[in-house]
Amino acid sequence: MRLAPRTLALLALLALLAAVPPLAAAFAQPFYLDLFRRIMIFAIAAISLNLILGYGGMVSFGHAAYLGIGAYAVGALAHHGITNGFVQWGLAIGASALVALAIGAVSIRTSGIYFIMITLAFSQMLYYLGVSIEEYGGDDGMRVKTLSQFPGLVDLADPVAFYYLVFALLVVVLWVTDRVVRSRFGMVIRAAKSNEARTRAIGFSPYPYRLAAFVIAGAICGLAGALLVNHTAYLTPEFMNWTRSGELMFMVILGGTGTTAGPLFGAAALLLLEDLLQGWRVLPPWVRDYWQLYLGVILVLVVLFAKRGLAGLLPGGRDGDG
Amino acid sequence: MIGLVFEQALNGLQLGVTLFLMAAGLTLVFGIMNLVNLAHGSLYMVGAYLWVAFAKLTGSYVAGVLLALLGTLAVGIAVELVALRTLYERDHLDQVLATFGLILFFNELVAMIWGRAALYAALPAWLSGHVELGELRYPLYRLAIILVGLAVAALLWWVVVRTRLGMLIRAGASNRTMVAALGVNIRLLYTVVFGFGAALAGLAGIMAGPIYSVQPGMGELILIQVFVVIVIGGIGSIRGALAGALIVGMVDTLGRAFLKPLLATFWSPVVADTAGPALASMLIYMLMAAVLALRPEGLFPARA
Amino acid sequence: MAEPLLAARGLRKSFGALAATDGVDLEVFEGETHAIIGPNGAGKTTLISQLSGRLRPDTGRIVFAGEDVTLLAEPARARKGLARSFQVTSIYREFTALDNVALAVQAHAGHSFRFWRDARRERALREPALAVLEEVGLAERADVLAANLAHGEQRQLEIAMALATRPRLLLLDEPVAGMGIEESQRMVKFLGSLKGRKTMILVEHDMDAVFTLADRISVLVYGRIIATGTPEEIRANPEVRAAYLGEDEAC
Repeated sequence: MRLAPRTLALLALLALLAAVPPLAAAFAQPFYLDLFRRIMIFAIAAISLNLILGYGGMVSFGHAAYLGIGAYAVGALAHHGITNGFVQWGLAIGASALVALAIGAVSIRTSGIYFIMITLAFSQMLYYLGVSIEEYGGDDGMRVKTLSQFPGLVDLADPVAFYYLVFALLVVVLWVTDRVVRSRFGMVIRAAKSNEARTRAIGFSPYPYRLAAFVIAGAICGLAGALLVNHTAYLTPEFMNWTRSGELMFMVILGGTGTTAGPLFGAAALLLLEDLLQGWRVLPPWVRDYWQLYLGVILVLVVLFAKRGLAGLLPGGRDGDG
Repeated sequence: MIGLVFEQALNGLQLGVTLFLMAAGLTLVFGIMNLVNLAHGSLYMVGAYLWVAFAKLTGSYVAGVLLALLGTLAVGIAVELVALRTLYERDHLDQVLATFGLILFFNELVAMIWGRAALYAALPAWLSGHVELGELRYPLYRLAIILVGLAVAALLWWVVVRTRLGMLIRAGASNRTMVAALGVNIRLLYTVVFGFGAALAGLAGIMAGPIYSVQPGMGELILIQVFVVIVIGGIGSIRGALAGALIVGMVDTLGRAFLKPLLATFWSPVVADTAGPALASMLIYMLMAAVLALRPEGLFPARA
Repeated sequence: MAEPLLAARGLRKSFGALAATDGVDLEVFEGETHAIIGPNGAGKTTLISQLSGRLRPDTGRIVFAGEDVTLLAEPARARKGLARSFQVTSIYREFTALDNVALAVQAHAGHSFRFWRDARRERALREPALAVLEEVGLAERADVLAANLAHGEQRQLEIAMALATRPRLLLLDEPVAGMGIEESQRMVKFLGSLKGRKTMILVEHDMDAVFTLADRISVLVYGRIIATGTPEEIRANPEVRAAYLGEDEAC
């Protein structure tokens, strides 16, 4: 079988990600283990956003809300002494799906700019909710003393084991979303994005399909939130901050919307860029200290001039056929 | 108790007119140029910072206000010419992302120039007193905000309903190609409208400066409330912006002031302490959801 | 007389002060090709949109296959066998021709909450879709992106999508609009081949096409149907000539 350039690029990146722990150990740079684990966690969140944004055309500006719900589910249970990972992560996924169902049910009735504003407003509402819960540290957040426990399976306190767990979940999420967008269900949400009037005229009501996609995306992002809070060992409402939602959107766009693996490349590109601007010693302090200024300019330039994202650099169809 | 309710109602009105100044510009820019401008909050922030800087420089409050207004207008026009102009024909996603980039840029820019710490600036003596409203002693400055806000709302109504610019704005909001066909310089109209909206946002920031702290990121706090205002009022509608702003201002202020004591009376103080602040901060979003469930186009849809 | 397949009674739809359809009555019988003609702005597209469910009439009712569908949303009506083409070509431009038609097949193959199997490898969807493409003469273009098809081919594709839903009634809104002479002749020939097998409502400006295809014609002027009859009756109707055909010939 001949592999498309995109598939090759994806396999190369996955191979690189798999090689990070031994390389980091060989060069005694544990920092990179941390960085790439973070990249993969955000990639899972961005892949879930891409399902509704890239394939479904739903510009959700509140996707970080589900990162927060996943994180709070884990953090809150840990706070109350329940540390079983299956219970914690199950609640993270279930609660995210449930909230996505509620938010989606209201917001998918609207479209365009309304949808953008409403999803943003609802995520901001959850952010303020997190800020106002003093029990979990209010806006300061709180330390999560015990990570999720999977006795006999994997110990998240072991950085390498945790890294490979995230890696495995990333691969599973990539595979599952790829199947979903190619399925009958996936065809319907893509069709509704491509031409809603035609979709209704041939007999599909887009609403339930869009809502289902919204819930699936929320659930996957909730899993990413559960990973994130274990990664930082710290629970904070900042996970839900609207700038986080903006970053997730940028990861999707940077990678190229409507390609399954694009968000992974986008997450890597954005987080590496951020890391570079902040920490690269070659750069003068007036760049490193105010790195977001340069990031902002770069993001504007990307939108204005590089619409198709990184995927645009590689040949192949736009519709995930490659 | 009545006095307290009255005071909080005035505070709600003051927040409402501030929100209106923001919402009016944002909703016009959306209605006419079909542009989602997240960086509208940045213009609010720029207005507040310029006011602090110019007031310090000139030593005069009034000169500071006027220079800051002109400065925000100039910044708005510059942003329109450099970045936003190319975005009018793009889809909303591109607009959201590019203006998100602009927010990062502006927040860091003011941090670079003025530092990350919050600035506080004193009011001149003639604005810092209190007025006696019956039993109530109300801060003069807040009262002034309400009056200025209402005056600007009236002026805006006059401009939109009575002037040629207003006619073009209304026509542009309902039919862009028609206005272009009339031979109006559309680019100039867009720049003027954007600058106008920027100045209104700047004015909101200038007026809010002495009450809230002036710091990077202050624009986003209000921006999201303004979104709620616009969604409730109906996108593209000035009337909707006014109604939405007053409703949101009132509900938010009164909710924060009275939800906790109210819960304490009907429930227990413990419940009130935990649920009160959380519920109060979520109130306007729940209101938005309720409005959407009943009227997805908002209370005053621009194009009926 | 048999029950009509579709019966509309007193359809009224206003936009502001303008009544786009002002009490339209229409009966279409099984197997019939029923053309609706009228000058620009007569309300033809508004009428089609009310029949398809895209617009809800202010008053009046629509009965389709013995069932009142007035309050039924467009997708539900489509599933009951009402298929339409749009005046401005409406297809999935980013998908291949075959994908377009397969989606139409899928819309009528039960719910689509199926998350796992690759829809592009489902023979139950691809084979019927390919058969319809063959029927309209687009089989060779099956794997071309719809956006890259010629204008006439895109119109054919749209009809193929309508046919793939196995409709009981086809609503065709100006199927030959914007076509060259040769393309439009091919389309008229194709529609002629459907005649008798499919019930069709045809809105059209091209009088050659109308008089070639129609069994009956209704004339819509200012939101009202002023005459219904066979092509000969319509041609001979003085009111119609005055209101419509006369000016058409004068052009």
